[in-house]
Amino acid sequence: MSIATAIPSAASGRPQADPAVLRDKVAIRDLEFFYGQSKALNGITLPLYENKVTAFIGPSGCGKSTLLRVLNRMYDLYPNQRAEGQVRFDGMNIVDPGVDLNLLRARIGMVFQKPTPFPMSIYENIAFGIRLYEKLGKRELDARVEQSLRRAALWDEVKDKLNASGLGLSGGQQQRLCIARTVAVRPEVILFDEPCSALDPISTAKIEELIDELKEDYTIVIVTHNMQQAARVSDFTAFMYLGELIEFGPTDRIFTSPSDRRTQDYITGRFG
Amino acid sequence: MVVDVTWQGARVGAQDAAERANALRKLRLADVLFHAVTRSAAIFVLLLLGGVMVALLLGALPALTTFGFDFVTTQSWNPVTEKFGALAPIYGTLVTSLIAMAVAVPFGLLIAMFLTELCPMWARRPIGIAIELLAGIPSIIYGIWGLFVLAPFLQQYVQPALIATFGEVPVLSSLFAGPPYGIGVLTAGLILAIMVLPFITSISRDVFDAVPPVLKEAAYGLGCSTWEVMRHVVLPYTRVGVIGGVMLGLGRALGETMAVTFVIGNAHKISSSLLAPGTTISATIANEFTEAVGDLYTSSLIALGLILFVITFIVLAIARYLLLRIERKAG
Repeated sequence: MSIATAIPSAASGRPQADPAVLRDKVAIRDLEFFYGQSKALNGITLPLYENKVTAFIGPSGCGKSTLLRVLNRMYDLYPNQRAEGQVRFDGMNIVDPGVDLNLLRARIGMVFQKPTPFPMSIYENIAFGIRLYEKLGKRELDARVEQSLRRAALWDEVKDKLNASGLGLSGGQQQRLCIARTVAVRPEVILFDEPCSALDPISTAKIEELIDELKEDYTIVIVTHNMQQAARVSDFTAFMYLGELIEFGPTDRIFTSPSDRRTQDYITGRFG
Repeated sequence: MVVDVTWQGARVGAQDAAERANALRKLRLADVLFHAVTRSAAIFVLLLLGGVMVALLLGALPALTTFGFDFVTTQSWNPVTEKFGALAPIYGTLVTSLIAMAVAVPFGLLIAMFLTELCPMWARRPIGIAIELLAGIPSIIYGIWGLFVLAPFLQQYVQPALIATFGEVPVLSSLFAGPPYGIGVLTAGLILAIMVLPFITSISRDVFDAVPPVLKEAAYGLGCSTWEVMRHVVLPYTRVGVIGGVMLGLGRALGETMAVTFVIGNAHKISSSLLAPGTTISATIANEFTEAVGDLYTSSLIALGLILFVITFIVLAIARYLLLRIERKAG
């Protein structure tokens, strides 16, 4: 277990980055998660740095998606799932029962494994989320929709068919539509849950490029099965195994000189 | 024909191949038989439908030739002078069904939403089963209950309140006018609402349950409240199924006979008040068939049946058309 040593090294292990620049956007401390009686996360302690991309990697069932779903309290939709511990975000503890979930989820957006366009037009898919929180005039709303679609590098492909159904787009376009939808409500953190696992290589490349651009404005967390992807898009990597955080640090260090044997075995493809 | 003869790499002699072909031929014969049986079962239903339609048409012919189009536009229903008009039962059928749907659709959808999204796990099954049991109650029991429990209750408490409340309001005052009889169009509509509620609820619940969880999560992930998720994501996603459930309920409401006959009052007149007695097509037929003497009387009742058939058909056609339009709009 090398968390204790790994976390300080996260700040100091990257000589070119000034440690003072790294700010915790979210700080997870001693987080436990339960599905009924069974424990799925055990004592997770981990920072998510502002304007950085943090990747969660690990074999199936290691708890990386579970950890992601704690961050926006998605687990609350299901009975018998609960979290204990601390997830500090802007002065509040996310896992506190008193947290306003609607507001939390607007501030911490999520993009899912499979594209999930709503059964409405492309325009409405974006405008829908905006209208939940803001009363905008027609022109402002149009501008915001365009801005969001541009942000997701989708505008040029859909500007002539904004009133067509979102379900008619290709898989990659649908996923970018979902990113645009998430961006439109102006979150601070965006969670990506294996966003490319249902996409072809070209769409995957586009999404990765997009993630790289988005980190200027947002704090990004990505769960991925694809280690090359983690290496390509993330600044920090957390390797999880059997519900525990094995190692956390700057991505280049995790991939070049992991300090834990299991991390090394996983990234070299010996298991997982 | 391709026969795989390379089992375990062994070569199969000519005799084996012939045996195999023989076995296959038998199978093919069975398949032909299977096709024939399924096809004739399907055709049988079509013939049955056609037969019913022809029988209704033939039976209704005397009445339709005697009264012509006046049959559906006149109100009088007089067995003594043999003057028959179907307007009152048509009106009663449509209005009671309308009341039933106006009450049952919102109620059914709300119950389904509660059961799929908000209800604690342990209570889902009991409530769901209770609603399905509601569909299993024979309609005669609804009739008895309506006559001896619901109608007196409405007469004593609800109808006087309605009359008092809407007495001064221009349009509503005529809708809720007159003495509280207890039995009448409104009571029949309410009984129908209770009867179709389980259909709408259980079908809506099933289609709501079929919505991919990730779609709902995506909406919750934007910060939607449960109501917003239901209204903007789940309902649009499931509209075809929900409309199907509503139509099934409407079909039941239009044709329901026994319970309605008990509580509607069976009066062949159209009253502007919902509290007044009326009649429906099926109630009229059930009430009067045994005492229908004379060919024209019987034929008029059969013609009523034909009209009910046509109304149901039109309703279903409209539903299909609506669905088609929604589909085309949403893509």
